[in-house]
Amino acid sequence: MSKELERLDGYEGPGFLATSLDKAVGMARKNSIWPLPFATSCCGIEFMATMASTYDLGRFGAERLSFSPRQADLLMVMGTIAKKMGPVLRQVYEQMAEPKWVIAVGACASSGGIFDTYSVLQGIDRIIPVDVYVPGCPPRPEQILDGVMKIQDLIGNESLRRRNSPEYQDLLASYGIE
Amino acid sequence: MIELNIELLESKLKQHFNEAILSTNSDSDMFTIEVSKEALHDVLRFLKEDAYFNFHYLTTLCGLHYPDQEKSFGLMIQLHNMPENTRIRLKSFTNDQEPTFKTMTDLWPAANWMEREAYDFFGFRFSGHPDLRRILNMDSLEGWPLRKEYPLEDPFRKDKDDKMFGR
Repeated sequence: MSKELERLDGYEGPGFLATSLDKAVGMARKNSIWPLPFATSCCGIEFMATMASTYDLGRFGAERLSFSPRQADLLMVMGTIAKKMGPVLRQVYEQMAEPKWVIAVGACASSGGIFDTYSVLQGIDRIIPVDVYVPGCPPRPEQILDGVMKIQDLIGNESLRRRNSPEYQDLLASYGIE
Repeated sequence: MIELNIELLESKLKQHFNEAILSTNSDSDMFTIEVSKEALHDVLRFLKEDAYFNFHYLTTLCGLHYPDQEKSFGLMIQLHNMPENTRIRLKSFTNDQEPTFKTMTDLWPAANWMEREAYDFFGFRFSGHPDLRRILNMDSLEGWPLRKEYPLEDPFRKDKDDKMFGR
């Protein structure tokens, strides 16, 4: 059950394809994501199932997990983030090299979930920007895969100039990063 | 296994500390003594160092808050005698809103983190504690979360509308 690489738009002839650099780089990036699992609770267990043979995130080119933020492309935050953990998560995000994406897996990472209490961060988007939210408590591996495929769509369609755009700089500045 | 003689303990305590022992109770799960705040440290030292009672192990320690009581803040301590497998509970209440207890770290080094927890959640001070700062909550937290007047829900959340949540 392998995912077939989609064809790129462009001018195609026998043995060659002319397309834009954005699309070629996007295709390369989206099929070779190195995720950094930041797993703090039960959503992390679902992620383990997602990486294992039945669901196998490796089919989407995300076989190689990076446990160093410096080499990771995708920060996967899975689980409750206590406010005391907030600065740690933020430091991990800041240490990732551009381009970087963030996926919030599960209700707790997305909104604090059932833990509406003084000690729990009410969604990681209070401290770092998030690209895709996966709902569920915890979400099934299919949902996590769907979230990763949404990230792939974002990566594949991202302009190479986006990270230098004033909008992106403003987004980071609104979180007080850099 | 010989159970410790609780009647003897009760009479010994009353003989040594008379008025400082405010009440005793053996109806519940374990023998419970209410001690005046001033005498708490002396009672603990006696229970630990007495050769017969030998409560050498500090099982747990935590704060209490009963807003309806006149003496609303208190400390709960459990001591264990390992050879006799006997555990007792001590309580000590105060009407002070910013209570200061005498530290137990001189008797049990294990009291260090427990007292920091009581400080973290109830704001109790422990005079003589070597390093009294928050232990579980973030340092920037304001207030004492386990006091009953402290709002449980995150006060910075703006999306929770009272009429949507039936409050």
